[in-house]
Amino acid sequence: MNAKHYAILIIAVVVLFAAPLILFPAAEFSGADSSAEQAISDQGYKPWFTPIWTPPSSEIETLLFSVQAAIGAIIIGYFVGYERGKRVQKGTKSKTQVIAKIE
Amino acid sequence: MHIMEGFLPNPWWEIWFAIAMPFVAYGVYRLSKVTKKIPEALPLLALMGAFIFVLSSLKLPSVTGSTSHPTGTGLAAVVVGPGITSVLSIIVLVFQALLLAHGGITTLGANVFSMGIVGPIAAYAIWVASKKIGLPKSVGIFLAAALGDLFTYVTTSVQLALVFPTSAGFFDAFLKFGTIFAITQIPLAIGEGILAVILFDFLAKYKGQLLATLKVLKLPGAPSAQEEIKS
Repeated sequence: MNAKHYAILIIAVVVLFAAPLILFPAAEFSGADSSAEQAISDQGYKPWFTPIWTPPSSEIETLLFSVQAAIGAIIIGYFVGYERGKRVQKGTKSKTQVIAKIE
Repeated sequence: MHIMEGFLPNPWWEIWFAIAMPFVAYGVYRLSKVTKKIPEALPLLALMGAFIFVLSSLKLPSVTGSTSHPTGTGLAAVVVGPGITSVLSIIVLVFQALLLAHGGITTLGANVFSMGIVGPIAAYAIWVASKKIGLPKSVGIFLAAALGDLFTYVTTSVQLALVFPTSAGFFDAFLKFGTIFAITQIPLAIGEGILAVILFDFLAKYKGQLLATLKVLKLPGAPSAQEEIKS
C-alpha cells in the first residue's frame, strides 16, 4: 500500500461515519450503552452501586474523553513519526555513502 | 459494550470477575515474559495500547441513529496476542470507570471479559484461520479487527440477557440487547477494520523484523520451510 491507498481508506472511514449524520438528520445519536441502561431500568431494575466519581458536567466528561483520545493519538503519532524519520535518515546516509564511493 | 456501574447484581458480577481474572493474570505473565525477552517490543506494546485508547474514546454515529464506540482490541490481539491485549483493555476500562463514570468497577470483570477476552480471542482465531486459507494479510486483519469488535458487543448482549431475560425468556432479551448493541456496531466495526489495516500495513513495512520475532509475520526475504524443502 502507498500513500494513495492510505488516503482512499481514510476517506472511506470519514464517509462511513459522516453518512449517518446526513442520512438521519432527525436522529438523537445517544449512546448505545445508555440505551441498554434505559432498557434495563424500564424492567424496574435499580442499580445497587453507583460510580465513585461522576464528571460534574457533560463538558468535563467530554474533556476527559478528549484527554483519553489525545494520549492515544500522541503515542501513535510519535511512533509513526519516529519510525519514518529513522528510515529517511538511513536512506540519506546510504545515499551519501554511495556518493562518497563514486567520488 | 460498557455495562454500567451497579447493573450486574450478585452473583453475576462476581462470576464474571472469577472468569476474567485468571485470563488477565495470564496476560500479565505474558507481558512480563515478552518485555524481558524482547525489550524492543515495548514501543509496540505502547502503540497497541494507544490504538485501544483512541478507538475506545471515540463515540461514533451509526445507522441506527445512536452512537457507540469501537474497541481497538482486534489489532492488538493479532500483534501481541490476546493475553497481553486483556491487560491493555483493563487499563482502558479502569480509566473510563474511574474518570468518566463509563462502565464501572463492579462490572469491570464482565466488561474485561467482553472487550479484553472474547473480542481479542475471536480476532486472533480469525487471523490465524485467514492465514491458513491463504487470504491476503490486509483482508485477514480487516476481518479480525471488525469481527473481534462485533463479538465483543454480542458478548455484552449475552451477558445482559442472562441477567435480565424478558417475560419471553433469554433469547428474546438477547435479541433486544443485540438490536441495541450489535446492529449499531456494524458500521463501527467496518471502520475499525479499515483503521487496523492501515496501522498494520505501516507496522509490516517499518517493523517487519520485530513482527517476525513476535511470529506475526514471516519475513518476505526469509525462505519458508516449504521453499527450503523444494530447493
